[in-house]
Amino acid sequence: MSPQIEACSAVSAFRVSVNTQEARIKRQQKASPTKARDGIADTHPLGVGKDRTLQAQRLLSHPPQSLHLVAPVWNGGTRGIGGLSRVVAPEGNQKKGRSLLQFLADRFYDVEALRDHLLRKQVSKVHQKNRPFNHINQRYGPYVAGAYFILKQGGAVRFQGREWIRPNQRGHFSLDFLKLQAVPVEAVDASGCAINYQGLDSLLALKELQSLWLQRCPHVDDWCLSRLHPLASSLQELSLAGCPRVSERGLACLHHLWNLRRLDISDLPAVSSPGLTRILVEEMLPSCEVLGADWAQGLKLGPEEQPRDTAGPTPA
Amino acid sequence: MLRRTLLLGLCRGPLGRGLGTHRGGSILGKVEGRGGYRGSWMAPSSSSVTFRTQDPAHDVKTVGRLGGGDRDGKMSEIKKKIQSILPGGDWNPLYDTSYLPPEGSDVVIVGGGVLGLSVAYWLKKLEKPRGAIRVLVVERDHTYSRASTVLSVGGIRQQFSVPENVQLSLFSVDFLRNINEYLAVADDPPLDIQFNPSGYLLLASEKGAAIMENNVKVQRQEGAKVCLMSPEQLRNKFPWINTEGVALASYGMEHEGWFDPWCLLQGLRRKVQSMGVLFCRGEVTRFVSSSNLMKTASGEEVNLKRIHEVHVKIDQSLEYQPVECAIVVNAAGAWSGQVAELAGIGNGPPGTLQGTKLPVELRKRYVYLWHCPQGPGLETPFVIDPSGTYFRREGLGHNYLGGCSPTEEEEPDPGNLEVDHDFFQDRVWPPLAQRVPAFETLKVRSAWAGYYDYNTFDQNGVVGPHPLVINMYFATGFSGHGLQQAPAVGRAVAEMVLEGHFQTINLSSFLFSRFYSGEKVQEHNII
Repeated sequence: MSPQIEACSAVSAFRVSVNTQEARIKRQQKASPTKARDGIADTHPLGVGKDRTLQAQRLLSHPPQSLHLVAPVWNGGTRGIGGLSRVVAPEGNQKKGRSLLQFLADRFYDVEALRDHLLRKQVSKVHQKNRPFNHINQRYGPYVAGAYFILKQGGAVRFQGREWIRPNQRGHFSLDFLKLQAVPVEAVDASGCAINYQGLDSLLALKELQSLWLQRCPHVDDWCLSRLHPLASSLQELSLAGCPRVSERGLACLHHLWNLRRLDISDLPAVSSPGLTRILVEEMLPSCEVLGADWAQGLKLGPEEQPRDTAGPTPA
Repeated sequence: MLRRTLLLGLCRGPLGRGLGTHRGGSILGKVEGRGGYRGSWMAPSSSSVTFRTQDPAHDVKTVGRLGGGDRDGKMSEIKKKIQSILPGGDWNPLYDTSYLPPEGSDVVIVGGGVLGLSVAYWLKKLEKPRGAIRVLVVERDHTYSRASTVLSVGGIRQQFSVPENVQLSLFSVDFLRNINEYLAVADDPPLDIQFNPSGYLLLASEKGAAIMENNVKVQRQEGAKVCLMSPEQLRNKFPWINTEGVALASYGMEHEGWFDPWCLLQGLRRKVQSMGVLFCRGEVTRFVSSSNLMKTASGEEVNLKRIHEVHVKIDQSLEYQPVECAIVVNAAGAWSGQVAELAGIGNGPPGTLQGTKLPVELRKRYVYLWHCPQGPGLETPFVIDPSGTYFRREGLGHNYLGGCSPTEEEEPDPGNLEVDHDFFQDRVWPPLAQRVPAFETLKVRSAWAGYYDYNTFDQNGVVGPHPLVINMYFATGFSGHGLQQAPAVGRAVAEMVLEGHFQTINLSSFLFSRFYSGEKVQEHNII
């Protein structure tokens, strides 16, 4: 029988219903067609005309049998009472959409917990990528450990006097550099890698690093920039182009890097005024060549400076 | 509908709200309601829940496929209404009581600033099982117009002389760095506290050089990244400084700087609301407590007090609500002394534990914002002069924020938050101009004043329970460095409340009993 009808009949204590077969069939016909009708009414332990208080109790207490694993709260009578299991036949796209939404809405806290879990999994994936390789550090030394860390992330490394080592498209790289324990790393290209504040531990051990490219790294932010000061004596080239989280506040702590000769701070979306920032950074690092936004970027032309080539063709 | 209202109206007592408390738990399932109790409601048994659904909309005869969807919606509305009417719900036919706090709460936090919200956050985070503790935050100033949090300059440093302060700051910086993991709320944008990692530069004259070296040793031991600089190195690094009179400088390289305290406050507020903490706009006017005369192990008699009720007076009204509570946390900032007096702390002969008041007072401090076009550039740290004057860069337009703490004799009257501009001319500008010659030409753009919750005893915070009023916990008295230690102090107080002892950072030297025993934990680096 339709749950709606049963709910109403349970709460209305004075509703008189006819306990005949015809009445039952009529009610079934009026009921929602998504419910199966194969003899459920015949096997109903309680006739409708029987014991209303019992039905009321059943409605208000937990539904005794349920296929769904939800906490037993009052469900507004939308699911069967009397512990009847129902086969819900899908009836058309609209019905299916609505029952899917209803399904999700009934399990709000489960969905929220699932979303929370997925988010935390994403965060822990980044953490996992930035774990320190202590055993490699102990066995092969800090240069090899740093190089391994960068290569594992997908970046490239150049040892002093050698060529660039890059992983191939699959992410595999040769382990020849394991024997270069005493050779310092000169250049690191960590563009696009998921390096974050924790991961910089491995980089800061490379004391003779001269060139560091952190282009388009999604997790490099102002906190990471404040950590770069141990490399001050050797670092000559730094590129931060396209990092979405770097702002002018992080750029302010690059003044520790007194040996810096080339700095690339173009395309930083989080910097509020790129032109002014470039001027201030150039003042802060006088011996450094700063590649950044145009000085006039963001400035509006005054009325008398408007281009006057509106009328007439340009002379040949 | 009318018939039903009459039925219910007759069943209730003449007043919608009455005495006593009745909370939650109807037979219809869990009802999370505020506003409490409904009068002499007879307990409904299932058989006597008789609701006549005579409305034509719910007539059985009209049910059918077309009415199917509407029915679900209408039924759930009806069920919601029933749930709110039954005991525990918040429907009141006589008048709206949604502005009142609940009639009972496990923990009542007096003060909704950054310290109070931090305690609420950590209580909710560390409680087991989830949802076990009901927390109420009472804040009388919902615009935070006089709160120390939002009027502060927002600096965070590890350069303290007391090791516990260094540990507190280190944890707080860690919290701020991972703020989007701690305070993440589903579907809300991530927080940007605009942290400037520019560091603090403390300058010391000849007299203070030895103390500074000692302090730096302590700070390095705890894990702070601080380096010492000679005047020569100072001139190389910051050419705009005049190093006359400076013997030594300590410069924080990492984890120090300044941030936006309003953003932290809003982030905490949002997160704490999503965790189920209740807020109330009101003022605590009275504590109802009971005393017990107990004997200590050595036979001495002590009068232990326990607070049972907190009377919360609603803003701009004479109405108050008595809130039954198990624990009261005093995080009222500059007004903590007054709240402690309400609880009877300090009522006794002077020199005894009963007579020891909470030595936290209001102190007014001024902050000035000026513009100096030739001033120091982007690399300016938070500079603190040996004379106590400080300044920091603000934004990219050569604006600077700064001020100075007045001496005891020239303390301004804390009755209002009016700014004294002569103070800048006489006390702040001369040392600044001497230290940074570019500041000889500057123009003050604006100024404001804020309160310090100044601990007159030793200028360090008070954390933990009171020895006599056993269920009042303090989280106050930080004298100007409360904002930067708030996340860590919140966790310490939550651990104290939930476990009974400090677990992560041991703050036993910050307990109240030191005021009676006289053991000062003097913090030297107070600005």
